[in-house]
This record gives sequence, C-alpha cells and structure tokens, in this order.
Amino acid sequence: MSELSVDHLLGIKYLDKKDIALIFETADHFKEVINRSIKKVPTLRDTTIANIFFENSTRTKLSFELAEKRLSADVINFSASQSSVKKGETLIDTVNNILSMKVDMVVMRHPNPGAGIFLSKHVDASIINAGDGAHEHPTQALLDSYSIREKLGDIGGKNVVIVGDILHSRVALSNIFALKLQGANVKVCGPKTLIPKHIESLGVTVETNLRKALEWCDVANMLRVQNERMDISYFPSTREYTQQFGVNKQLLNSLDKQIVIMHPGPINRGVEITSDVADSDQSIILEQVENGVAVRMAVMYLLAAKK
Amino acid sequence: MFPTGLFYTLFILKNCLLLYPTETVVQQMSQKVLLTSKEINIILHRLACQLLENHLDFKDTVLIGIQPRGVYLAERLAKVLREDYKVKDIQLGLLDITFYRDDFGRGEKTLKASTTKIDFLVEDKNVVLIDDVLYTGRSIRAALTAIQSFGRPLDIELLTLIDRRFSRHLPIQPNYRGRQVDAINEEKVKVMWEENDGKDIVYLVSK
Repeated sequence: MSELSVDHLLGIKYLDKKDIALIFETADHFKEVINRSIKKVPTLRDTTIANIFFENSTRTKLSFELAEKRLSADVINFSASQSSVKKGETLIDTVNNILSMKVDMVVMRHPNPGAGIFLSKHVDASIINAGDGAHEHPTQALLDSYSIREKLGDIGGKNVVIVGDILHSRVALSNIFALKLQGANVKVCGPKTLIPKHIESLGVTVETNLRKALEWCDVANMLRVQNERMDISYFPSTREYTQQFGVNKQLLNSLDKQIVIMHPGPINRGVEITSDVADSDQSIILEQVENGVAVRMAVMYLLAAKK
Repeated sequence: MFPTGLFYTLFILKNCLLLYPTETVVQQMSQKVLLTSKEINIILHRLACQLLENHLDFKDTVLIGIQPRGVYLAERLAKVLREDYKVKDIQLGLLDITFYRDDFGRGEKTLKASTTKIDFLVEDKNVVLIDDVLYTGRSIRAALTAIQSFGRPLDIELLTLIDRRFSRHLPIQPNYRGRQVDAINEEKVKVMWEENDGKDIVYLVSK
C-alpha cells in the first residue's frame, strides 16, 4: 500500500491505521530532506496550493507554507480579514474564485466545524483541514503522534493524558481519534466544566485529579486555555486553574518516572505549564514544531499523488 | 496436403485438445538468463578494477547507490574493493530519488520512498552513481538533481550492471558498464541478488 485511502484530509476520523503508518513513513523521509543543506525537493513543482485562513493562525500557517515551499509548490495565501468575505461573499464563491486561478489543493482553517467537509463536496481540489472550529485539527494530531513515536518508539499501549480545555479543543478530538486508532490508552483531564459530556463514548477515561493522571501516563499533552472561545466562565479564575491543572517542575519531579511533556502551542507560560517545564528536557514542544513541517509535507505529497 | 477421413477427425480433435495448454503457454512470461552468478562475479571484479584504475585510493571518491535496487550492486562493489583489492575507507551512500522523479502525478502509482543515507560531504568529491539497470535514463536524471542537494561534486560518473541501449529518453551514458543488452521495450531486465532474492542472476523477461 503506497496510497492514502482518502482524497482529502478532513479529519483523523476518516483515516485508517494504514494511512497513518504511510504518512509517518513518508514523513521520516521528509524529515531527512529538511535536515539537508538544501532542504528542498522539486516534487510538487507543478502544484499550486492555496492557504485559506478564515481564522488567525501563526504557527500552523507558517508550518504549512514552509512545507509547501520545501516541496516546491506554488503558494498563495489568503486571510479572511483582508478579503471579500467581509463584503459578504460565501465560502463556496470565495474558494471557487480562488480555484479558477488553477489551484490544485486548498489548506483551510475555518471557525465553523465541518467547513472543510462541506467544501470538499462542492469544489474540485484536495482539501486539507487546518482546523475547523472545535471539531478537528488533523495535521496537529498527526504531528503529535509522530513526535510520540519518535520519542518513545511506538504508540500502541502507551498511556497518554490530554490536559486542559477539552471542550473547545479540536486538537483534543483529533488526538483522541489518532491515539485510539494506533492503540494508545487515552485519558482526558481538566475541570469538569471543560470536559464534554459522554466523552467516554470515544473510548477515553476522565480524570479530574491532575496528579493521578500524571502518575498514570507516559505522555502528557498540555492544551492551551482558549479564552477566546469561552463565552461564559468555566472556572473561577486563571490562578485557580493553574493551581489545579497547571504543570510545574515541582509536580513533575515528585513523580517516580520521567514523563514526556507536549504542547500544541501557543503556550500561556505560567498558566497551563510553567517556563521551567516548557524548557526542560522532558518537553518535546520544539520537536513537535519541527516534525510539523515533515508531517505536513508527507500529507501534501500523498494527497497530490492521488490527483 | 489436408489429411482426410478418420485422420482428419483425429487431427481436429488433437488440435482442440492442444488449444487450451497452448494458450496458457502464450500468456506465461518467458525468461532467459542473461548473466549467471559466475558471470556476475567476473563482471563485479572487472568493474572494481576499472574503478580502481580511475580512482586509485578512493581518497576523494564516494560511491552512491541509487535506491532501491542500485544499493545491492553498490554494496557488493564496495565489498569487493574492500576485501579483494584492500581499499580502505570506501565511502558508500544511499540515495533515494522518489521526490525527484519527473513522472509524479502523471498516472503512475505513488512510489514509496526509501532511505537516503549520505553521512559525508559530496562537495568537491568524485561521485560514482551506481544503479543496476540503465534504461530510459530518467532515474539517473533524477539522481543528478538529488545529489546536488548534498553539495557540488567535482565530477559525477555512472556505473551500471546492465545497459539497455537503444531505449534511452535522455542523453545519458554510463562510464562503467557490466553488460550491454539490446532489449525491446516490452521486455524487462530483472536483476536478482543473493542477499535479497536468494541468488545472483540476471533475467531477460518477455511478456
């Protein structure tokens, strides 16, 4: 098998285990490429990719753009804040206008869940979901799993806890799908108000005591508190959140094992994670960023190959 | 002269019986041995000597096996040079050309990439690209682009075990060749190595 089973990357939910293995194997080769003195391959030189961001993003956008350039694709960028979306254009019209400029692939971030799926049914281009509301963020979950695989060798059987704002997090949902698919045990940990009801139906367990969760896990993925998505108060104060669910060096040192600390960024230093933890040798936060480029190159390469 | 009477009936019967097996024989691929294990061994030694003649101590020379099938030949040559001709410090690298191919997205199935492993600098080195079969020359074109990502070699030579002349799409010729073969496009040259396929042998397969 050297082909993905899907034509778009809309979510981890639509992938199977073989797809993830193929993406990781391809990413291994791209990781070698981006560590060469000339970090570029000519593979996608006749492919044009549009990065359409209806929501702010720094690192995801940069990572995608760098991955596209490393593959020699032509790149056009579009952000909603400077566009005709403000003038009332619909999503399909916007994208079709961009596609009539002969674009082969669209990387899209959108505040509405399912926007990528909707688009994939109406336009003729490969769609990569770079985050749709609180739904999925598949490339982030892939790079998280890839980083765990790189650090610990295998994902099957590992214990992973996702800490923080599970309710608003597309990173959490995609990670749960990806980790379960690869045979990991997943726990979510956070204030009860930020854990969706019936999340157990996804095959994860819930823990509200951070210390217990950390004692259980091999890897802790610390999520950012997404203040911008919170229209009501989910916890009394940031200070109280930090006391209950923030990871600090003292807490880590008191565990009888070395766990791996991850964070999808951007970090609120001193809220969900203290600086000494973020910069410690247990943290693989910067490796995640590096791997993000290799994984995104692999995804775009494999999707472009299906055209 | 047509057979008559009983003979004629028998003749038709015989032909009908033969029809089924004859057809399967036609569909089966026939293969002819191009090189035996002994011949391959002689060629390996000759190629090693030709390399020695041009590169002497291999001080500024690196061998690059092209993934996936050129690697076996490259490793074998390096072994002969090391063990039989006492050349120390042979530098051998593996180069994957999947991302440099010119047929990406043109109906061909995605080719799975293989490992690239070049642990030395190719800047100002004499590079010898090694592949098992030289056919259209497109893989070598890709390899020439790929090797540039690792620096600017002083010069690049090409060594192949089998050179299928008359089927080139590009102006590329080997500097060292094991055996020249005149094969038509429908035929395929299959190079097998002991470490991977059980024995050293080269077949010419016709469909």
